[in-house]
Amino acid sequence: MSATAVRPATTATTGTTGAKPARARRKAGAGLGLVAWLAGIVFFLPIAWMALTSFHSEEDAATNPPSFAASLTLDGYREFFGAGGGASPWPALINSAVASIASTLFVLVLALPAAYALSIRPVKKWTDVLFFFLSTKMLPVVAGLLPIYLFAKNTDMLDNIWLLVLLYTSMNLPIAVWMMQSFLAEVPVAIIEAARVDGARLPTILARVVAPIALPGIAATSLICFIFSWNELLFARVLTGVVAETAPVFLTGFITSQGLFLAKVCAASLVISLPVLAAGFAAQDKLVQGLSLGAVK
Amino acid sequence: MTATTTAPSAAPDHTRPTVRPPSSRLKGWATRAPLLPALIFMIVVTQLPFVATLVISFFDWNALYPDARHFTGFGNYGDVLSDPALRKSVWTTILLTVGVVLASLVLGLALALLLDRRFKGRGVVRTLLIAPFLVVPVAAALLWKHVLYNPEYGLLNGLLHYVGGPQPDWISNTPLLAVEASLVWQWTPFMMLILLAGLQSRDQQQIEAARVDGASDWQIFVHLTLPHLRRYLELGALLGSIYIVQNFDAVFTITSGGLGTANLPYTVYQSFYQAHENGLASAAGVLVVIGSIIIATFALRVVSSLFREEVGRA
Repeated sequence: MSATAVRPATTATTGTTGAKPARARRKAGAGLGLVAWLAGIVFFLPIAWMALTSFHSEEDAATNPPSFAASLTLDGYREFFGAGGGASPWPALINSAVASIASTLFVLVLALPAAYALSIRPVKKWTDVLFFFLSTKMLPVVAGLLPIYLFAKNTDMLDNIWLLVLLYTSMNLPIAVWMMQSFLAEVPVAIIEAARVDGARLPTILARVVAPIALPGIAATSLICFIFSWNELLFARVLTGVVAETAPVFLTGFITSQGLFLAKVCAASLVISLPVLAAGFAAQDKLVQGLSLGAVK
Repeated sequence: MTATTTAPSAAPDHTRPTVRPPSSRLKGWATRAPLLPALIFMIVVTQLPFVATLVISFFDWNALYPDARHFTGFGNYGDVLSDPALRKSVWTTILLTVGVVLASLVLGLALALLLDRRFKGRGVVRTLLIAPFLVVPVAAALLWKHVLYNPEYGLLNGLLHYVGGPQPDWISNTPLLAVEASLVWQWTPFMMLILLAGLQSRDQQQIEAARVDGASDWQIFVHLTLPHLRRYLELGALLGSIYIVQNFDAVFTITSGGLGTANLPYTVYQSFYQAHENGLASAAGVLVVIGSIIIATFALRVVSSLFREEVGRA
């Protein structure tokens, strides 16, 4: 993917300074490795500190200077799960799981045939269709928020988790179509033709030939749809209330909370981020490929 | 998708769909059918509401006084553009987006260059660096607001305490910077990942050749690496802009739009959710769309150049 970007190597040879001796370069390399480690630690520090604070008592959490050696306790987590008489996060977590998983399934049901029609048996002007899907992603969420709110209010769909499922499906469908198109395009047409010549019918071809090659891509797509749905706040904040509240909306209850609940805030943030953190660590490479719409291979 | 497509003419060519005789119109619909559910769904759920927003934006309509609703032409747009608070939110949106995208791109580039080298524990460092991107945005904003920025027990002032530094109230003193810093922390890993993929797709032989010819590291970076990274930088800027222009979570959580940090999405949210000004909110929403179209015009050019390569390669 570099044809236009790279200049001829000769332009680089006109320089006057020579290459560094190999030993000096190796030494600099070790130093830069150290810098990389330092950067990694600095970026991770807030999360590590959040994790540590979540295991502290509220008194130890809210001190200055910070207490690194304070004794550990699970009180923050007990408080978060409602032991102290606060609202239980379980309904919100279950709502988030329903909204994320159901919308991801709907996206797959809609996106797979569409991607098939755009890659394996491409319709005419398939690039235009692909761009239409992408362009809907550039329409900001706020541009349609009010009519959707008014529609929900007039049809008694407010505070209904299935409205979020519907909206999350539309939020993720363009990305999914785009990603899956690029994954399905990797299935060699020759193999499909060969299977057809051998007498295989479409369902067999899809199950035996296309699926095995496209499955990792489909998994990555599902993962990204799940993450975006799990993280979403604006729709959930405006369109849900008591019954259909999702985990991020539940978290907004902590926005004004004061120091006394610091450990609880940290425990809450960590628990709610855990599904995304786990999924993201498991599929780092696929994640970036998916987020860049398959453009970066 | 290479030259192996030697199958008979019935085989669908990936780049150029085969031209069918008009008699096979039915067959044409058969190939189109799998596409229709997704297309229709997207048009109904995303385009129709936008058209409705456009219509509402021409009405003076407060939800608390529904009977007073009347057509006002471009009145709402005039109000949005002449209201100092709203005009400021346009400016805030620009500052927030440009600041965060540029800072996270530069930091992401530096980190990608560091991670492109071999060193002990590279995989671990990469995982540490990715983590900020994987924290739920509201949780990340809460983390910055309470755990890091708090003037009395936040980690930043805690660390400053050890070196005898000042104890500033970060959010009150520099509210917009405080929001931006948290977003840069979240988005730098994303930029790093894209740029790292770009770095690893460089032509190593060419770099070796340049090195043998006596090119310095700096010359290799400027003449070989940067030109190669250009489209990756553009892609990162594009995707970052699309998401950060629309940012709601950080502004809502860290400052609740106060202290001059209200961006357009937050303003739209506030003017219809709290002030019930449906017409004004819609006009502001349409303005966000116009801003996005400006970005998208640039964006589509970038994406289509990426795309052309993919098609060309097929």
